[in-house]
Parts: sequence; structure tokens; C-alpha cells
Amino acid sequence: MIAFLLRRIGQGLLVMVAVGMMAFALFRFVGDPVNQLVGPDASEEDRERIRVEIGLKDPVALQFSRYIWRAAHLDFGFSYQFKQPVTKLIAERLPATMELAFVAVSIALVLGVLLGVYTGLHRDSFLSNVFLTVSLIGISLPTFLIGILLIFLFAVQLKVMPSFGRGQVVDLGFWTTGFLTASGRSALVLPAITLGLFQMTLTMRLVRSEMLEIMRLDFIKFARARGLKNRAIHFGHAFKNTLIPVITVTGLQFGTTIAFAIITETVFQWPGMGNLFLRAVQTVDIPIMACYLMMIGFLFVLINFIVDILYFVVDPRLRHVTKVAL
Amino acid sequence: MSPEIVLDVRGLTVEFPTRNGILTAVDNVSFSIAKGEILGVVGESGAGKSLTGAAIIGLLEPPGRVAKGEIRLKGERIDGLAGEALRRLRGRRVGMVFQDPLTSLNPLYTVGDQLIETISTHRPDLSASAARERALSLLIDVGIPAAKDRLFAYPHQFSGGMRQRVVIALALAAEPELVIADEPTTALDVSVQAQIIALLKRLCAERGTSVMLITHDMGVIAETCDRVAVLYAGRIVEIGPVADVIHRPCHPYTIGLMGAIPALDGEEDRLTQIPGSMPRLSAIPQGCAFHPRCARTSQTCIDERPLLTAAGSGSAACWHIDPALTGAGS
Ligand SMILES: Nc1ncnc2c1ncn2[C@@H]1O[C@H](COP(=O)(O)OP(=O)(O)OP(=O)(O)O)[C@@H](O)[C@H]1O
Ligand code: SF4
Ligand SMILES: [Mg+2]
Repeated sequence: MIAFLLRRIGQGLLVMVAVGMMAFALFRFVGDPVNQLVGPDASEEDRERIRVEIGLKDPVALQFSRYIWRAAHLDFGFSYQFKQPVTKLIAERLPATMELAFVAVSIALVLGVLLGVYTGLHRDSFLSNVFLTVSLIGISLPTFLIGILLIFLFAVQLKVMPSFGRGQVVDLGFWTTGFLTASGRSALVLPAITLGLFQMTLTMRLVRSEMLEIMRLDFIKFARARGLKNRAIHFGHAFKNTLIPVITVTGLQFGTTIAFAIITETVFQWPGMGNLFLRAVQTVDIPIMACYLMMIGFLFVLINFIVDILYFVVDPRLRHVTKVAL
Repeated sequence: MSPEIVLDVRGLTVEFPTRNGILTAVDNVSFSIAKGEILGVVGESGAGKSLTGAAIIGLLEPPGRVAKGEIRLKGERIDGLAGEALRRLRGRRVGMVFQDPLTSLNPLYTVGDQLIETISTHRPDLSASAARERALSLLIDVGIPAAKDRLFAYPHQFSGGMRQRVVIALALAAEPELVIADEPTTALDVSVQAQIIALLKRLCAERGTSVMLITHDMGVIAETCDRVAVLYAGRIVEIGPVADVIHRPCHPYTIGLMGAIPALDGEEDRLTQIPGSMPRLSAIPQGCAFHPRCARTSQTCIDERPLLTAAGSGSAACWHIDPALTGAGS
């Protein structure tokens, strides 16, 4: 198991180097950093001098190593546009995105699992069919449309929810949170639903089909034959066996949720990383784009690693190399 | 004084409603099992053996349903039980052992946890440590070596034979009055089959538990059972004491079946002794279901269905039983 995890860490590092290459390539192939640093009227000599100064004349391998080395120390350079360290800019906006994604994924997981178990156990009930039909909408409507619909309904028509921003936030020094104020919490509701709906639908359908599959297996029949209570059979025996695929998909979805928070953040003018990234794209602010890319890459690697560990926690068959007793 | 009847099945009929009409998979089956008795149930694949067992413990899967008949456990009706009442019957009063021990156990829980869960479900009065004690003594009873450590092992860490021992321990955990064992050794390595059957027999004898033993294996029946019921196309064609059914079968199907037991030296299965094969449920012949394959068929056989009547020391459902067998003894 240790060997397996070490191998996974190794693979993760390789992935990060590859992502780093792509981030680095952005600098080389998109725009000219010198243009961002000097005025349009700078002379060719000045430009040349700056190129040497910031290392653009060094061998590519050296430049790349330098970039990775700095990135490993969380130094992603200065934003062209804001003239501030990228790390600082991202750190300011990280809490907004993380809180949004966290709430979205929590809603999606809890509701998705409950509805999935319910529809899996009562496959032909009226309510199950209602859930399944509604969930089809969740899967097929694009995120921005759902966001706009929610804003129209709850913010414009009913006026019960704010339509943009994070509301009042509390600065904890290292983190700004919206959880501690009423306006912060209510500002989270609509964007979180918008962002979480797709994943909730996905989780629900996944749990449902896994439950249907597992409820037909022999050990469920045997659990019934032993006279176990329904609750024990449904949750202890059936649901627990759906966890492996649910963990896999949820893990990946959490990464995707953060990565694609861009759309939701735009619709709700959420002051998060997605918004920052979009602005960076518009102004060709390469350091921010590159950093964002590396961050998302790192997030996926991290999540994959956690998912791998969870496999071991859930499934004893993976924990021990099979020792068959006679 | 006749021994106490534990299970009494009268006219049990199991049906599957389908688009093309109702399929009758178990048809008017009646038998009983006395306390401590082992009843063997044999028949070809699809004869309705498993469904009979499933009907008794209330595990028929819809759309399958008990359409007719009565099932009594110690005189108490148990067909038609549902919900909590059915749950209390299962495990506590009727235990079940399935064919494949590889798939009968939940892979994510230790053997000890599964035993303790079963014990505490039926004996909520037991403390956690008492339940653990019982789990341990059950594992010892079924012959798991180093049982104390094996409580913490997962199913995948056991061999097939050992897993089936665990399954038997689980089936007996709440001391049921009846155990239904549905081909408990079919999925096992030949070398351990006899051990498992012997274990089941010993444990049930010790506890006075009755057993319904479903199997294809006439050898197992001969060695293990007190009586045997032969099923054909959902019907009992013959039932009686094991020695008589095997050595002096009355029903033409049983006679053919016994002739078809592979010789002990096991050169070749001589299973082709009865021409043809068992009909499908959708095409069960009129009258005696066996008539297209029977050498003694008469018009009566085609027109009218024979019912179980006394024959030899048991009963058989056939119009043309050898008169020597129907007379007083033989
Ligand atoms: N859901 C179902 N729908 C229709 N027919 C069914 C269904 N389940 C079982 N049957 C039929 O009922 C008959 C009896 O099945 P059963 O499982 O009791 O046979 P069996 O005697 O246990 O056979 P085997 O030795 O193969 O286990 C079979 O012909 C089978 O096709
Ligand atoms: S009733 Fe007739 S067809 Fe059926 S087994 Fe007896 S002799 Fe054969
Ligand atoms: Mg069967």
C-alpha cells in the first residue's frame, strides 16, 4: 500500500511538471512579456536589455527550471495588469471560490446521495420518477441559464436573495469568510445551487444505478435471509458498496466544480478566482493564467490522491494483499 | 408418538405473471419436515427447487408470488407474512444457506462484524461482548481454525470452503428451527464438499434443527438425508424415505433418474437415460407433465394429472405405479 501511494505521489509530480510545461509555454507563445513591461515607445535596445534582465535570453531549460522552482515556492511573478504578486491576487480570491465550491459540493453530495438511495430503492414510485425527470433538466440546462433563471425568480421577482456578490464578509486574517454573516450566507445560496445542481444530478443518478445493481447481489439477498433490518441492508450493506464509484466521481467533480466555477462566478459577479482568471484572459495577463492553470492542475492531482487513499479506507480488499487461508 | 412437524407445506403454488400468461413454476407442492429431520430436494435445473425454498423464507422476487397454498412453521402460518413479521422470521426461525459463498458475504465487513450484526439483530438483549462471544463460539463450531483472529478477517481472506463455513455460522447464528440449504456445495471445490455437508449435518443434529437440503447430488442425498422429494416441472413426483426412493423408486421419472446416477467409478455421466428434457414453464404438457418422456404413458396420463398417492413406503404421483410397489410393502 505504501509503495502504491509513493508511486501515486511520483505520478502526481510528473503530472505537475507537465502542467508546469504548459503554463510555461503560455509565456513563450502567448504575447510578449516585454510589451507588458515597457511602454510602446521603448527603444529596441531597452527591450533587448530587459529581455536579458528577466532571463528571456537564457536557455529554455534553465528558464523552465527557474519557473518551476519559483512556482514550487509559490512565486508566480507579478501580474502585468495589477502590478501585484500573482500569489497575493489569487490568495485574496481563493476563499470566495473555495467557499462557493464547498457549499455547492456539500449540497450536491448530501442531496444527490439521499435522492439516489431513495430512487434506487423505490425504483417505480411516483416520487422517484419525478426526481428523475427533474434531474434530467438539471443535466441538460447549461449552468449560466440556471443561474439566470434563479436570479430572475428569487432575486428579481421574489426579492428574497441577493443576485450578486458575496455579501458581508469577515476577514480572519488568512481567510475571508462569508459564513459568519447573514448576508454572506444568503449570498451563497443561489450561486451554490447553480454550481452544485449538475453534480447533484450526476451523484443522484450514479448512486441510483449503483444501488439498483447492488440490491440484486447475493449478499443483499443473504442479508435479507438473515433477517437484518431494512435500514442496515440499505445503508450498511448496499450503500456502502456504492461508495467506491461515488467517491471517484465526486472527487473528480469537486475539481471540475472549482475549475468551472468561472461561469457561475461570472453570472453572480462572485469575487473569486474564476472571475480573476476571466479578467486575466481578457487582458492577456499571462502570469495569472499560468498560475491558475497550475493551481487547477495541482487540485486535480491532490484530489486524485485523496480519492486513492479513500479507496483503501473503504475497501478492505485493496488493503491487504490477498492472503487466502486454507 | 410421531415426531413434531416443524415445516408443513400444503399445495404451494408459485406463479410468475408474464405478458404471455401466467407461468406456474411451483405447482401444488406439499411436504413436511419433522423436527431434526433432513429432507433432500432433488430435480433437474429449473424444476422449482430454489423457488420452493425462497417461498418458504419469503424471498421470492416479484413478480414471482405464492398464488396458492399454505406454509406453516410449527403450526403457524408463515406464507403471506410481510414487513417486520417476515424479517423476524428470517434468520431467527428459518435460516438460509446459498449456493455461492463467494458472493453471499459482504466484502466490506469483517466476518466477525457480520456475525455480530446478525446475532444482535435477533438478540437485542445481548450485550456487545456477549454477542462477540457468541460469534466466536459459532466460528469455532463451524471449524474455522484460529477463530479468535479470524473474527477480524474479511471474506476475501478466506477460501471458498471456509467462507461457506462462515455462511453456515451466519445461518445458524440465531438458532433457527429450520435451515434451507440451496445447493450449499455446488460452487465449492470437490475436495471440501463432503466436509461442508457433514458439518451442516452435525450442527443441525446437535441443535435439533430441521433441514431442507436442495441439491443435484444424489450421493449427498443418500448419505445425508432422512427423506427425499423429487421435483419435476414444479411438481413433486415422488417423496419418501431416502433408501426406498433410491433403491426402490416408484415413479418412472425417479427410476430413470436413479438409473442416471453416474457410476461411482465415474467413467461417464449416463444422464441420457431418460429421452428428451424437462419442459419449459411455458409449455408444460397436459396431464402428467412427464408423459412425453415416459415409457408407460397411457391416455389417462395425457388427460389427467396424477396426484401424490401412497406408493412403496412414501408417495408418488403416477397413474401406473408397478402394482408390486403399491401393495402392502414390497
Ligand atoms: N423471475 C422469473 N420469471 C419467470 N420465470 C422464472 C423466474 N425466476 C425463476 N423462473 C423459473 O422458475 C423455474 C424454477 O426455477 P428454480 O430457480 O426454482 O429452479 P431450480 O430447481 O432451483 O433450478 P437450479 O437447479 O438450476 O437451481 C425455472 O424454470 C425458472 O426459469
Ligand atoms: S402418470 Fe403416466 S406418464 Fe406420468 S409418470 Fe406415470 S406412467 Fe408416466
Ligand atoms: Mg436453484
